Amino acid sequence: MSGLALTDFSVARGPCDVLQGLSLQLGAGECVGLLGPNGAGKTTLMRAALGLMAHRGGSSLSALPLAERAKTVAWLPQAREIAWPVTVETLIALGRLPHLGAGMKPGAQDQAAIDSAISRMGLEAFRTRVATQLSGGEQARVLIARALAQDTPMLMVDEPAAGLDPAHQITLMEVLAAEARAGRMVLGSMHDLGLAARYCTRVVVLWRGGIAADGPPAQVLTPELLARVFQIRAHIADGPDGPILQPVGVV
Amino acid sequence: MTRALLPLLGVTVAVLFAASLMIGPAGLAPVQALSALIRGDALAETLVMREIRLPRAILAVLVGAALGLAGAALQGYLRNPLAEPGLIGVSGSAALGAVLALQSGFAALHVLALPGAALLGAVLAVLVILALAGPRGGSITLILAGIAVSALAGALTSLVLNLSPNPFAASEIVFWMMGSLQDRSMTHVWLAVPFIALGAMVLLAQGRKFDALTLGEDAAASMGVHLGRLRLALVLGVASMVGAATAVAGAIGFVGLVVPHILRPLVGAQPSRLLPASALGGAVLVLMADIAVRVILPTRDLKLGVLTAIVGAPLFLHLIYKTRAQGL
Repeated sequence: MSGLALTDFSVARGPCDVLQGLSLQLGAGECVGLLGPNGAGKTTLMRAALGLMAHRGGSSLSALPLAERAKTVAWLPQAREIAWPVTVETLIALGRLPHLGAGMKPGAQDQAAIDSAISRMGLEAFRTRVATQLSGGEQARVLIARALAQDTPMLMVDEPAAGLDPAHQITLMEVLAAEARAGRMVLGSMHDLGLAARYCTRVVVLWRGGIAADGPPAQVLTPELLARVFQIRAHIADGPDGPILQPVGVV
Repeated sequence: MTRALLPLLGVTVAVLFAASLMIGPAGLAPVQALSALIRGDALAETLVMREIRLPRAILAVLVGAALGLAGAALQGYLRNPLAEPGLIGVSGSAALGAVLALQSGFAALHVLALPGAALLGAVLAVLVILALAGPRGGSITLILAGIAVSALAGALTSLVLNLSPNPFAASEIVFWMMGSLQDRSMTHVWLAVPFIALGAMVLLAQGRKFDALTLGEDAAASMGVHLGRLRLALVLGVASMVGAATAVAGAIGFVGLVVPHILRPLVGAQPSRLLPASALGGAVLVLMADIAVRVILPTRDLKLGVLTAIVGAPLFLHLIYKTRAQGL
């Protein structure tokens, strides 16, 4: 089981449906960008698919028992919460909790996953630092490393690039794309259409409670769709390093 | 330092426990006291040791451990260093049960009537809180439900005092609410032990889930923590421990608040490691306070709860000041 399947999926917030009867199949090896304007239901879709919110219709993930789901999918919430002043390494090690049985101590395999997550997010120098004393962007990277350390076949991240500097945004997207190439399924909501166009193998655009478009970025992110859904004009071109999409004005 | 913390606290508990056994108005020499306790060869001294000092020392450990552990667990669950056992209304409701028993004269029927009524108050509070907070509610609903129950229990306690026709009963109630370990017997110990042991087992088993909650409720749930079950375990564990502690010792404040606060930096702020440390730390604090009330004013029956509040409140102010200085 290494994909996400939503069938006739609806989520209500208050009296009205935020998402209505949508179906979606995501498989291993895909790096999927979940796009849409504010309030389109990106976070709602991911939380409900994970079973963290009540929903109607089928989700292959929320159907799993809790313990198994934790070994299948790692989730990075949008709210960057670090409640206690623990060290960076301790925080990242929390990602191994789903793999530890009662009373089990983290073993060599767990340490390897933690070390790999630390090096992929470039956090070697921060290992012993207190997480709550880091800057917002650094905390975000620590929390992404926590999700990576969970080492699951699926990774769902809510606006992972928010608050990161340009270099770390690019590094992060390269890490996520590499995860997908290694056979995992990556689903991330994002607002930076340029990053989505360059690094995602597929984008899903949410709009008005349903899926407005779904497919490879080059086919989906057309001037017509950008104007209709995002109400922007954009400069779209093919550069030497891949596609370039730069919003230039509001429609 | 962190690795040696638990053994260090354990040794401190043992030393203070022994000191608590050797200090008292009977004025026994330490060697004489211990030999009377263990061998039971001197009638009067053995009676003093086994019926007065031993239960008092054991209860100090039990009550301290209960308050410390419950405080650490609540702070871990709510991710708030200002949470304390009184917050979910259990101590207030236990006190109300005890006050009703004292007022109605029910307490005079049997030695267990008073603590039993207090325990019943705690259990009722838990049921009301669980019903109010609902099956899916988060930590905020739990706090709100706890505050509501606390306020109601406090108001009813005041009502009982207000309408009390008998000034002796009223003063008995007031003194009971100040919290003390004086004149407790082994019967009290046997009443408290099962509830405190059960609560401790339940709460200590949740350590990793509190760790996961460091990342927030959503992330914890995605890492396999069943939030509803964790909340149920927390409420039952805290109620069992704090209800029993309040039942035998009255209301003793600030232990559950201050002990986890002091020990947190020493365990690297990890909630799971804070649990056993706070249990031992609570025992240390209550043992020290209970020795202090006997040493400072041996003739005046200084109440334990009064002392912990007098020492605890300024310490708490200092902690708030420090937290503010850190800009948190």
